[in-house]
Amino acid sequence: MNEIVDHGAAVTPRSQPSRLKQAALPLALFAVLALMPAAARFGASGYILALMTRTMILGLAAMSLDLLIGCGAMISFGHAAFLGIGAYAVGILSSHGIDDAFVQLAAALVVAGVFAFLTGAISLRTRGVYFIMITLAFGQMLYFLFTSLAAYGGDDGLSLSRSRVFGAAVLRNDLTLYYVAFAALLGCYLALRAVVASRFGRVLRGIKDNPVRMQAIGFAPYRYQLTAYVIAGMIAAVAGFLLANLSEFVSPAYVGWQRSGDLIFMIVLGGMGSLYGAILGAAAFTLLAEFLSGFTEYWGMIFGPVLIVVVLFARGGLASLGPNVGRSGR
Amino acid sequence: MTAPVLRLTRLRKSFGALRVTDDVSLEICARELHAIIGPNGAGKTTLVHQISGLARPDSGRIEFEGADVTDLPMDARARAGLIRSFQIVSILPSFSALENVALAVQARSGSSFRFTGKASGEAALNDTAMALLARFGLASRADFTAGLMSHGEKRQLELAIAMAAQPKLLLLDEPLAGTSHEESARVTATLKELKREVPIILVEHDMEAVFALADRVSVLVYGRIIASGSPDEVRRDAEVRSAYLGDEAAEATA
Repeated sequence: MNEIVDHGAAVTPRSQPSRLKQAALPLALFAVLALMPAAARFGASGYILALMTRTMILGLAAMSLDLLIGCGAMISFGHAAFLGIGAYAVGILSSHGIDDAFVQLAAALVVAGVFAFLTGAISLRTRGVYFIMITLAFGQMLYFLFTSLAAYGGDDGLSLSRSRVFGAAVLRNDLTLYYVAFAALLGCYLALRAVVASRFGRVLRGIKDNPVRMQAIGFAPYRYQLTAYVIAGMIAAVAGFLLANLSEFVSPAYVGWQRSGDLIFMIVLGGMGSLYGAILGAAAFTLLAEFLSGFTEYWGMIFGPVLIVVVLFARGGLASLGPNVGRSGR
Repeated sequence: MTAPVLRLTRLRKSFGALRVTDDVSLEICARELHAIIGPNGAGKTTLVHQISGLARPDSGRIEFEGADVTDLPMDARARAGLIRSFQIVSILPSFSALENVALAVQARSGSSFRFTGKASGEAALNDTAMALLARFGLASRADFTAGLMSHGEKRQLELAIAMAAQPKLLLLDEPLAGTSHEESARVTATLKELKREVPIILVEHDMEAVFALADRVSVLVYGRIIASGSPDEVRRDAEVRSAYLGDEAAEATA
């Protein structure tokens, strides 16, 4: 076969950041999170610890959504539904005296998995803006269901006490809960990273890049996307389980479309497709909201423009501002 | 004669009142390169879409290797070995050239429902992909982002992807569209080699290439096949000359 003519300038080589550089930002991020409680002891520790636990939990939920949006081109506007399922699994079971963490977590995972499978199977028959609308509709459906559950507080929500581990109230300790959330975040990050790099993840990224090309070589996008949808839903349910334990309270507000919108906001802010960008985004989101709301109750007026600036000038989000970061997908 | 690889029986498709595929019947045999030519708007691409499964015919039958595939989606037909290329080049733009081909190899080797292990590190996939890239003159471009390659390279890459998917029939939709003169010569040379390995349906505008490559030619005009035969027979056909070749000859001299 004839050798190719060198087109020289017509082609730019792929940027290949070293493995170390690629790993630098997520490593630094998890190191900071691991050491945070020690630093927090010098300040208003309880407040900072709770704020950071909340940040990690929301980061976990946003990270699972990043698997859908950043890697799989599925813009779900109903992802808070899974957060709500995880939270209500704690709330409802503990109101019946079942306060074992593992039972609650198992219930959360099973219900979230089934809900993701059923709603995903329907939603994924649509594309683009219709997918956004139908996931939003399923999320709102769940919102109104929880609102109407009078036995579990309805609109007002439901107070609960933290889950017990084999009868021991170890999660009562805020520091323990912090590290449980940290371990969940780190574990899910490593697992999702492996999934994205695996055969399955490569197919998912290919579908995002060019679905018709993937079909033309024999991949049916539906099965892969539905599997990713179930994985993401179950991880978000873990975040919901943790959130209910942190707040010692659940309410339909966990499920609303505003919360789903917040999660998308976090991914865009942090950088799509990198997974750890979702954690950066969640941190920026919660800290900025906390900081700005100290100044003015109209903090949303400042918040909105920040997102616009990020979208216009830093497409890759916070994750792209680090040292030459290689991201999966694009 | 052996059984045909592909048999189209009375395929019809309309967009509203416009009949784009009108009673098309066709048989493609093993070891043949069958060219489908026709003027713009003759319904060539719509026919390719129906054969590949991207579009459904309104009526008629499509049989591939003796099995009825009329109701199968494109991915299922691809898994059966009916592999197509696109008029507007279709690759995975943000993947490297190597990963583009490796994914097609992956599609044909084992399950893709594997959630651990780094896919880009699988030697078996990469070695096969690399050999194909080398074969299509793209070895030096293996690590380049596919979306940034030149148009001619993308055409070669698309052929490498198609061959990685282990085709039993290749369906090529204007593989020369948009290529420069040298690029088109290179693709033509590539096709000449490929036709020895796999039956090909070639939909093409470029007459020079068609008559150089084709064993049989079918002429599609307004959705109907008006002539089918060897290149020489088709060239001599009066109806073809007035409907198509004559027009082009007239244009060329104008």
